[in-house]
Amino acid sequence: MSARPAQPDPIRLVGLTLGYDRHPAVHHLDGTVRAGDLLALVGPNGAGKSTLLKGMAGEIRCLDGRIERAGAIAYMPQADEIDRSFPLSVLDLAGMGLWRRAGAWRSLNRHRAAIEAALATVGLEGFEARPVGTLSGGQFRRALFARLILQDCPVVLLDEPFTGIDARTVEDLLALLRRWHGEGRTVVAALHDLGQVQAHFPTTLLLARAPVSWGPTARVLTPENLARARALSEAWDEDAAICAGPRASGGHAHDHGAHAPGDHHHHEDAA
Amino acid sequence: MIEPFASLVAPFVEFGFMRRALAGCLALSVSAPPVGVFLTLRRMSLMSDAMSHAILPGAAAGFLVAGLSLPAMTLGGLVAGLAVALLAGAVTRATVVREDANLAAFYLISLAGGVLLVSLRGSQIDLMHFLFGSVLALDDAALMLLGGISTLTLAALAVIYRPLVLECVDPLFLRTVSRGGGPVHLAFLALVVVNLVGGFQALGTLLAVGLMLLPAVAARFWARDLGGLIPVSMLIAAIASVAGLSLSYRFDLPSGPAIVLAAGALYVASMLAGPRDGLLRRLARPRHLEA
Repeated sequence: MSARPAQPDPIRLVGLTLGYDRHPAVHHLDGTVRAGDLLALVGPNGAGKSTLLKGMAGEIRCLDGRIERAGAIAYMPQADEIDRSFPLSVLDLAGMGLWRRAGAWRSLNRHRAAIEAALATVGLEGFEARPVGTLSGGQFRRALFARLILQDCPVVLLDEPFTGIDARTVEDLLALLRRWHGEGRTVVAALHDLGQVQAHFPTTLLLARAPVSWGPTARVLTPENLARARALSEAWDEDAAICAGPRASGGHAHDHGAHAPGDHHHHEDAA
Repeated sequence: MIEPFASLVAPFVEFGFMRRALAGCLALSVSAPPVGVFLTLRRMSLMSDAMSHAILPGAAAGFLVAGLSLPAMTLGGLVAGLAVALLAGAVTRATVVREDANLAAFYLISLAGGVLLVSLRGSQIDLMHFLFGSVLALDDAALMLLGGISTLTLAALAVIYRPLVLECVDPLFLRTVSRGGGPVHLAFLALVVVNLVGGFQALGTLLAVGLMLLPAVAARFWARDLGGLIPVSMLIAAIASVAGLSLSYRFDLPSGPAIVLAAGALYVASMLAGPRDGLLRRLARPRHLEA
């Protein structure tokens, strides 16, 4: 990785606290997602994985600290807000991914081959004219992956992308993620299947509201770390005191140039 | 023996005011139904009803200032409707309260203000004019207004079509690829207001909603995608306009309600006989396919 020309880090988290109604769901997180990372977000329910992805996508405001983003980011949420009763064909849904190239007015006709190829990649050839409302849950998810392919973004955020997708398609999609990784794209995915993470993701961030560990997957997913993540309370304390930790309002306290490849910030004080 | 075709056409051939009424209604028939199609697809059908009430205080204020004057009442209605739409949209984006709730709050305030204004100076007859319109008394200025609104609506829909569809289907996705979601949404709300103001000239505030929504809902029983829904809804509105005006002439009925009832009859007929999920088709229950 160090042989590659230096690309700007696509996402930097600086003293980041994200949450709802002042209660943190992600607490004091520092670190950098480097260009070309294939990063898994792991943690129990309520650990803040979705919140962190939403923050990276720019969907929610930071309670404290900041997120520095460079370049276009594609984001596939866990629970999409898509109105599936809308009379739209699968071709049109996938074609939305071409927004950056086609904009509001340019014709999608000359991109038709690209759209069909993307649909074929996710195993939906022949579905072009079907209304999206007639797809099954897993097929719909695959159509969203086709849209993601067409978005052609250098950074891709995926929130539990394989939920409800059959095993064979998951294999195909994991191969797609590896291909993106090989092309130097940055992929961040929240996942629950630890086997999947160990097999396919070189780096992992183990999150339990506070970061438990961030680094090479084998070093992160240790029994001790996982036990620690489980032990961290999922409870939302209505009377929680105001956090006394340092406010990360401005300064650049972190030296981002001095890291060895893959060596990220390790937050060991997770309590 | 009465020729049905001749009796349909005769009043329009014979009387200028009938031709003017028809021209006005046809202009409205190509602009309001496409807006209604998007409203129904966004599950905002009742929003147009709320907006039609929101227009009232503006029209009333125009009436108080300038009497029964078209420009004053139109301008007042536009201002009141756009203010309610923009305020509701802005509060929705700034807080967690949903748009329908905000819209309800603002239109109730607006409607109460309008009733207060009308009752301060107007008589019962003036109020009836607000509510039921005067399609048989369209003057040149009113026709120009309806034509202008129709042109503006079709041009604007063509420009914002793709982002509007995206905003309906997947607003989150549109937010991640473009900042246009907010402006497109507000532009669409403005089109709703403009068409309702146009409709209240011809049909009155209460019935303007009818020509916007009934053809749009009826079209869902005939077409599956937007490319079909929009032209079908326009056609249904045009048929309702012609039929309603003919019936109102022949049986001496108030024209606004006659047009909307004609659209209502077409809706019921579509619901029963439409090829897409019409009730009769459901009863037939054809044998299922192999795959």
